Amino acid sequence: MAYSRPTYKPRYENFIGGEWVPPLSGEYFDNLSPVDGELLTKIPRSSTADVDAAVAAAVKAFETYKHTTVIERSTLLNKIADKIEANLEALAVAETLDNGKAIRETLNADVPLVIDHFRYFASVIRAESGTVSDLDENTISQEIHEPLGVVAQIIPWNFPLLMAAWKIAPAIAAGNCVVLKPASATPMSILLLMETIQDVLPKGVVNIINGAGGKIGKHLSTHPDIKKVGFTGETTTGQLIMQYATENIIPSTLELGGKSPNVFFESIMEKDDEFFDKAIEGLVLFAFNSGEVCTCPSRALIQESIYEPFMKRVLERVKAITQENPLDPTTKMGAQASVNQKEKILDYIRIGKEEGAECLIGGAEYKNKTFPKGNYIQPTIFKGHNKMRIFQEEIFGPVLCVTTFKDEAEALAIANDTIYGLGSGVWSRDAHQLHSMSRGIEAGRVWVNCYHLYPSHASFGGYKKSGIGRETHMMMLNAYRHTKNILTSYNKNKLGFF
Amino acid sequence: MEVKRLIATPEALAVIEKLKKENGELVFNQSGGCCDGTAPMCYAKSDFHVPSRNIKMGDVGGCEFYIDKDQFEYFRYSQIILDVKEEKAAFGNSFSLEIDLGYQFITRSRIFSDAEYNSLPKDQK
Repeated sequence: MAYSRPTYKPRYENFIGGEWVPPLSGEYFDNLSPVDGELLTKIPRSSTADVDAAVAAAVKAFETYKHTTVIERSTLLNKIADKIEANLEALAVAETLDNGKAIRETLNADVPLVIDHFRYFASVIRAESGTVSDLDENTISQEIHEPLGVVAQIIPWNFPLLMAAWKIAPAIAAGNCVVLKPASATPMSILLLMETIQDVLPKGVVNIINGAGGKIGKHLSTHPDIKKVGFTGETTTGQLIMQYATENIIPSTLELGGKSPNVFFESIMEKDDEFFDKAIEGLVLFAFNSGEVCTCPSRALIQESIYEPFMKRVLERVKAITQENPLDPTTKMGAQASVNQKEKILDYIRIGKEEGAECLIGGAEYKNKTFPKGNYIQPTIFKGHNKMRIFQEEIFGPVLCVTTFKDEAEALAIANDTIYGLGSGVWSRDAHQLHSMSRGIEAGRVWVNCYHLYPSHASFGGYKKSGIGRETHMMMLNAYRHTKNILTSYNKNKLGFF
Repeated sequence: MEVKRLIATPEALAVIEKLKKENGELVFNQSGGCCDGTAPMCYAKSDFHVPSRNIKMGDVGGCEFYIDKDQFEYFRYSQIILDVKEEKAAFGNSFSLEIDLGYQFITRSRIFSDAEYNSLPKDQK
């Protein structure tokens, strides 16, 4: 049974200092659902004065929040997780309507991962410690952690709730206060999330400001009270944020996408067993989240000796992908997040054909009878070579580019022939091959005989132009805090210099 | 007919003029990667330090248009058509200036024919 579309409030406000605050301009923009092209709600179009109000609320909150104990913050994160868990279905439906992704993904991946992320950071802050060094019998050095203050977080539209959790959870666990700007294409689910947790969240610890990124993005990133900027998005705005960060000499963390290779060696076909079945799925995961994933395994490299029989099995699996109604739990792939995104993907499909790539399946939009105004693309596979634009540019859609290789050396060369280095996958029954490939690939994440798993306790981030810094894993806490060294001498005697 | 590496639609040129009035001199840099990655970013010239090794693709409406050197390797055989779309709702999460006015610049492109590519001036190949 498909979920029905709930009615949402006709408009939302910014969430500042624990209150729902209208934008000073009084202007709102439409938030359309990519599922059916219809209006979901209206969202504030904020100005720089709204940003100032949000930052001021966060600065005020930090005065108190910085003194909270680890126990208090851990309890807060657990309460947030409990609230989200109690509202899992409603948030999953909102996420599907806001972003377009299939409900089976939001119910089983997005929202459960959000819950786990808060619980993970709730637990790790209880179990960690700073360090103390006995430098000599009278000198003790303590390395202790202190929060940065107010941090700005600018998040993408492909996993609105999960990317909010990846950024908010470690930041507030470490004792910071947050001003977060959702992507304008997908603001609603985050605002619903704030409604869900506002009773347990101290006022001003998390503030949400909505609107177009041009002016408020600059104002937020250069605000003298902002102590760090975290951004997920495209490369040029990432560079601009790094440049802005030089103004106040603050750190920035950037996650900027990828063109991830997924490498399949001939040993996967030694048997037609569960593992081979898993490898087929591993390739078809390019269609997960409608392909709108920074780590989308969008380049499949297949050993030439197995290309024909492997692709035959893969294409059967791709043909079985159902689209139609994203709110139906049996639907396998949802909508693209916006009209623009759909058109961009269709443009790349055209470029692929112009470049001479062979379209093996799909290659057009999906005509959705249930939602003719939604944004749908057929899962598409091209065969070509790695120098083509479709092999080098992030399409951010369900478009897979396939090529073949002779041996391990060629596989590694093709895998690394990209300006990005975020995700990658290696599939083989040969343990030595798995090891040498996973060490050779220049990427922040190598999935070995698996793909698209995102546990909280595994770091995530890019090499090369995929960005700077990591997300997830407790190491993230240090990206949101200072290290203070307290150096104490218990020696009563002077140095003797003066 | 002369082939150009970079052209702009009249609609894009009109939006550039509007933005110039509000922000002064502008610069374009072709983006890449996640989310709005294929879009060109339009910033105030005084805001964005164009990476010194980026390649200039040409001028549109009196504004320089750049691309990362590594990315250019893959755009080498493409003609870039700067276009714009009205976008009142879903305008991504970039800092490009036109989104404040309810537009989004788009990089459209097509692959040059061999004859077209060969006729490009030497410094544009």
